[in-house]
Amino acid sequence: MSQEGASNSRRRFLTGAVAVVGGVGAAYTAVPFLAYWNPSATTRAAGAPVEVDTSTLEPGQRMNISWRGQPVWVIRRSEAALEALPTLEASLADPDSAVASQQPTYAQNTHRSIDPEFLVVVPICTHLGCIPSYMPKAGSLDADWKGGFFCPCHGSKFDLAGRVYAGVPAPTNLVVPPHRVAENGLLVVGEDDEEAA
Amino acid sequence: MSDATPKAEGGLLGWVDARFPLTKMWNEHIAEYYAPKNFNIWYYFGSLALFVLVNQLLTGIWLTMNYNPSADGAFASVEYIMRDVEWGWLIRYMHSTGASAFFVVVYLHMFRALLYGSYQKPRELIWIFGMIIYLMLMAEAFMGYLLPWGQMSYWGAQVIISLFGAIPGVGEQLALWIRGDFNISGVTLNRFFALHVVALPLALVGLVVFHILALHEVGSNNPDGVNIKEHKDKSGKPKDGIPFHPYYTVKDTFGLGVFLIFFSAVVFFAPEMGGMFLEPPNFEPANPLQTPEHIAPVWYFTAFYSILRAIPDKFGGVLAMGSAIFLLFLLPWIDRGRVRSVRYRGLGHKVALGLFAAAFVALSYLGLQAPSDLILGLTVTAWAQIWTVVYFGFFAFLFAYTAFGFERTKPVPERVTD
Repeated sequence: MSQEGASNSRRRFLTGAVAVVGGVGAAYTAVPFLAYWNPSATTRAAGAPVEVDTSTLEPGQRMNISWRGQPVWVIRRSEAALEALPTLEASLADPDSAVASQQPTYAQNTHRSIDPEFLVVVPICTHLGCIPSYMPKAGSLDADWKGGFFCPCHGSKFDLAGRVYAGVPAPTNLVVPPHRVAENGLLVVGEDDEEAA
Repeated sequence: MSDATPKAEGGLLGWVDARFPLTKMWNEHIAEYYAPKNFNIWYYFGSLALFVLVNQLLTGIWLTMNYNPSADGAFASVEYIMRDVEWGWLIRYMHSTGASAFFVVVYLHMFRALLYGSYQKPRELIWIFGMIIYLMLMAEAFMGYLLPWGQMSYWGAQVIISLFGAIPGVGEQLALWIRGDFNISGVTLNRFFALHVVALPLALVGLVVFHILALHEVGSNNPDGVNIKEHKDKSGKPKDGIPFHPYYTVKDTFGLGVFLIFFSAVVFFAPEMGGMFLEPPNFEPANPLQTPEHIAPVWYFTAFYSILRAIPDKFGGVLAMGSAIFLLFLLPWIDRGRVRSVRYRGLGHKVALGLFAAAFVALSYLGLQAPSDLILGLTVTAWAQIWTVVYFGFFAFLFAYTAFGFERTKPVPERVTD
């Protein structure tokens, strides 16, 4: 083919234009491939709020429910356990629940719950996702133990409000999921009062 | 009209050669690929890795025929393969043992590269391709381990995916995107299945081709680390080289025989390897509500797991673990030395390399133990911290030792020694 009279600047422009337009096109094409990995509508629907009756729980007892495929524990704490909570603050990493992502604002208190007695918590260790053991009895882990959660994987410790002890691998308190008490007295996990209103 | 192409000579082969470079490729990569004549036992592991790859592909495809990639059916389908499918147990044990065997030969293959400086110029790209293969292999093994949907499958994946969650800012979103669910579920299992059986094997095979093409472009290193291409005979063949076929094909076949004795012994007599290859909690179906007492990855990941646990900070641990792997990529540039083989390198390097290997073994062992256990009065975590320092110290030492002229090397011979 004759190269005579060919305009190099025109060729460069065309090559550049094809590269830019093609590149933008490729980037847009990547979106569906990447977004395909997000939780699907069905998966998200399975995250609908769960209603449970907590009236049968005795102090110290735990109820195991599932929300978004994750375990959620509802624990009715004894008087002694509640009294122990403020005394632990010196040994905790975040006693005031300052890390906002770990609980809704209405659980940002000493007992980390709406009703002081009922703790609603996702028992997934904030270190690497194991399920900690529920050890409510004082002295069951060591002599100073006031009851709480102990993660068998890497030894993280939490108190009975899910607050993490200082000096363990887990960086933050256990997650308190959004929850509210419905008019009929049932506990609704996965929904705030504000959202329902 | 006459066909310009002369009639092909040499029958069928000639006919093919006129249309496809069969003889040309055979000669270039096998029959006329001149490899140094002084390969020793360390040089078996490359071809063995290739063999294990074929084993994994073949047994993997066969397992896929009866495996059910769903949260409800996965565990039962593996039991079905083990009990009801003819020879199913053998195919599965070949695959599960093959996974461990893959890492055994790859670790030895990599250590060979460290011993004889096979990562040094001009073989940096061979090393980089090899490291990417290693990384892919880790991803492949990790995803494959989720598929039986046992307790350790589930919780191992939970821990590893949580590692991504440690990245500040985007971590939690990233972990959600990888899982495709708020917790590990059948959704995660399905995508891991797709990646494990299609995407990663495809990438692995491609990378192996690149790895070998790069090797054949620059030529093989050898235990003396000398360049055999510098001394050629009149016909242009390296004087210290011998054709890969028949010399090394025969040698590698012998090595394969020895390997298969060990491999078969494990497959037939110790497929679980006392809980090392198939861990006891994995004989229980996955339960998202109950963590096993003690979570440990399979042995080939425990060195990095130890480093992760040694750092008392979540993100710091992930960072340390990542750099433990990433630093290996940079090895060709960290090592400023010009002498390749450990035979002619300074004493400091020999000691450092020995300690590095010891650190890898020690960390691997420690990763299998509970963090609070005591060994000689120190906790497993404390020991892991010591060996983590040794592991990273190797790279710092190697750079300082070679960049600032501390290394006293021995003279490298002109030709390979026997």
